[in-house]
Amino acid sequence: MTNFAPGARIRVRADYPETRGPCHIRTPHYLRGREGVVERPLGAFRNPEDLAFARPAATIPLYHVRFDQPSLWNEGEAGDTVLVELYEHWLEPAG
Amino acid sequence: MPDDAPLPAPATHDIGGAPRFRCTPVEPDDAAPPDDFGKRVDALRQLLAQRGLMTVDELRRGVEAIPEAEYHALGYYERWLRSISGLMLEKGVVTAEDLRG
Amino acid sequence: MAHAPAPENVALLARFTAALAARGIVTEAQIAEQIERTDRADPRIGAAMVARAWTDADYHALMLRDGSQAAEAMGVSMAGAPPLGVLADAPGLHHLVVCTLCSCYPRAVLGYPPHWYKSAAYRARAIRDPRGVLAEWGTSLPEATQIRVVDSTADYRWMVLPMRPAGTEGWDADRLAGLVTRDVLVGTRLPLA
Repeated sequence: MTNFAPGARIRVRADYPETRGPCHIRTPHYLRGREGVVERPLGAFRNPEDLAFARPAATIPLYHVRFDQPSLWNEGEAGDTVLVELYEHWLEPAG
Repeated sequence: MPDDAPLPAPATHDIGGAPRFRCTPVEPDDAAPPDDFGKRVDALRQLLAQRGLMTVDELRRGVEAIPEAEYHALGYYERWLRSISGLMLEKGVVTAEDLRG
Repeated sequence: MAHAPAPENVALLARFTAALAARGIVTEAQIAEQIERTDRADPRIGAAMVARAWTDADYHALMLRDGSQAAEAMGVSMAGAPPLGVLADAPGLHHLVVCTLCSCYPRAVLGYPPHWYKSAAYRARAIRDPRGVLAEWGTSLPEATQIRVVDSTADYRWMVLPMRPAGTEGWDADRLAGLVTRDVLVGTRLPLA
């Protein structure tokens, strides 16, 4: 019951919970608001944002998502990519 | 948010791409295993997790809560010790008295 | 590079350990046993997996399908360990593993992470300037090779399955494993015959 299939274009939510108080986020800052492509689902895991505070944690889908590397940094070599594990609640469909 | 608004700064530990380390060389040959201090902290972390007293996510949260100046000054396993001793204090497993010198 | 812990942290560790012992949570013997168990994990395990994958197509397929099972097949207990993912290099594609947020590392099959893997410099730069970082290792990739930097952010731990180097035809798995160092398994070096 995952919402994104391999090849789906996604955008990482441009959210910055670290500005709102104590939190534990596994979505790197450099990816917020960026567009990528789902490589494949990686199964489902308990939400680390809750586990980190010993709160009850829902099991949520995790994906391997690929990004074009030079466009993240405005530098680098064309064709290089970045592959990152991201939890579903950080992803939204992109055009 | 508008394109010209600066993005909120990353958290201390969230350093992927951070410009401040742009010119810091990586030291590829530095391959020594942890010292006794590091191994003991590492073992404690594993034992406390095995006993259900903490998760790796809590370990990380404790490390991430270390103020920036200290985060970069402390060694890796010193950060872990700070985190796990703080967590056990938070959970009432040990007391402030226990940890005070 | 690693530096010696500050005296106050050495003292804190002693007090913390004593408090845990006094409450019956851990004993010195349990700490010693845990250290011994952790010390047994070593990059030679990952190297043996790679060498077997190079010489056994079924094992190669298992490794890509389920890294944890592939580790178990080499006698490694993965109970309680995070799932192991395997990143297969291919002609024109090279993987490099980093954890920008902390230092996630496939410890079950590579042992303790080295200092450089945990350093701010590696964590900050590998994701942004992987070619510059590889140059510091003296690693040069074949022409027209794309780099895929894998940021280990979540529940998996990742190791690289490099391509078998030319000039190793007829080598057995033991001899091949000798080419596969810890740095090769992270992607900062290539195996060279």
